[in-house]
Amino acid sequence: MNWAQIKLAIFPIVGFAGIVVLWQLYTDFFDVSTVVLPSPLDIYYSVGENYGLPFQQTWPTTKEILYGCGLAIILGIPIAVGIANLRILNLTFYPLLIAIQSVPKVALAPILLVWFGTGLESKLAIAFLVAVFPIIVDTSTGLRSTSRDLIDLARSLRATPYQTFIKVQFPSALPFVFSGTKIAVTLAVIGAVIGEFVGSTEGLGNLLLRWCLIVGQFGSSAKVYSGV
Amino acid sequence: MSEITSAKETAQADDQHASALFGEFKNVRKVFDVPGGKSVLAIEDVSFDLEQGRLVSLLGPSGCGKTTFLRIVAGLTKASSGVVQVRGEDVVMPHPEFSFMFQTPNLMPWRTVVGNILFPMEILGKNDKSAKARALEIIDLVGLNGFEDVRPAQLSGGMQQRVALCRALIHEPQLMLMDEPFGALDELTRMEMHDLLLNIRKLSNATVMFVTHSISEAVYLSDEILVFSKRPAVIADRIETRLPYPRTPELRYTQEFTELGHRAGIALGIAK
Repeated sequence: MNWAQIKLAIFPIVGFAGIVVLWQLYTDFFDVSTVVLPSPLDIYYSVGENYGLPFQQTWPTTKEILYGCGLAIILGIPIAVGIANLRILNLTFYPLLIAIQSVPKVALAPILLVWFGTGLESKLAIAFLVAVFPIIVDTSTGLRSTSRDLIDLARSLRATPYQTFIKVQFPSALPFVFSGTKIAVTLAVIGAVIGEFVGSTEGLGNLLLRWCLIVGQFGSSAKVYSGV
Repeated sequence: MSEITSAKETAQADDQHASALFGEFKNVRKVFDVPGGKSVLAIEDVSFDLEQGRLVSLLGPSGCGKTTFLRIVAGLTKASSGVVQVRGEDVVMPHPEFSFMFQTPNLMPWRTVVGNILFPMEILGKNDKSAKARALEIIDLVGLNGFEDVRPAQLSGGMQQRVALCRALIHEPQLMLMDEPFGALDELTRMEMHDLLLNIRKLSNATVMFVTHSISEAVYLSDEILVFSKRPAVIADRIETRLPYPRTPELRYTQEFTELGHRAGIALGIAK
């Protein structure tokens, strides 16, 4: 390892440690109430006491995220292909998509709960809804920004529309598909947790909610932070 | 080198019937509609006969419609009116026996050098072992051996254009349409590419239409130069170079070469 690589590994750790130390000092010196901001040590102990519970609750959440994202990819990419290639679909649905996208999905959560119940489905639906937009938008942007000359190259060889799509358009859109998916995954996490906040019997969001409710009783929010 | 040698024999055979008509263009006219309901006349009236096996340059100022004309011959753009025939048939759509080379290398960054070169064979459904062998032969011919499995991003501009040249040759086209392929290269690389193209022409029997705005490039490479006027394009002059083959860099310093360049300059309106 050369110095540049070492710097890459060390500096973020130093930065993180520095913030934790400052946090600890701040809570110690200013005697901050543990309801407002528990010290890192409090959180550490709390993690020790409740070890396992957050991890148990991670699985349902992960499942919601994975299914939601998977569904978003499976449905989002074909939709993007349609929008990018068929002008009619583009004209019909793109404005609608943007309109739906501007509605906060959190506001839809209660409705989805009514539709799908408190089980996996409602959380999956929310995770899907927030994840599918970046995939559709980025993929269709990628498909449409395929180099004109590459399309002409395919045309000059009399490639079929299918060949052009498989060999030229889609591969050149792949970086966009990946960046859309990256954003989709992070959004799906938020979606799933919000879904659990709103109505659920399990999952990390549900756990946090329960712990938040008992903050009032026990006077410490260390548990909530440990969940995070 | 079997396939390339056989191409050479065919080329020599063609030399004996060098006057065979390959393409015929009559009163080709192109009007572009531009947003706002207006239209721009790009090509006013271009007519000429393209002889089999020749390299014909379309020389003209930028924006004069020479690229548009090349695209019309390629079947990528439709002429507004006029006759566009290649081998006696109207060009209504691209033909798999033509190849088109672009101003940029226009390679696929996700494919290796060999993968890019074999692209036309995949599209034409001819991507078999002999295609691969031919690709390797051509790679050898343009001096890219050792770079077969490298991706375009790791190649210099000149090397990328060599790959593009290989891709334009892989399916043994009868007509090569080259749209300022060396325009973006530096002077020295461009001169190397000229000699490479001349070499390839010895081995291939393809007829070539070569768009350029460099007078010396046109003179050095061509059998015939069509000088295009400013837009809307008409043919300002038609120059038979009659320069001997094989052409070597020394040719650039001969009086004949200078005189041909001068004549083209006059037709372009930049010399008297």
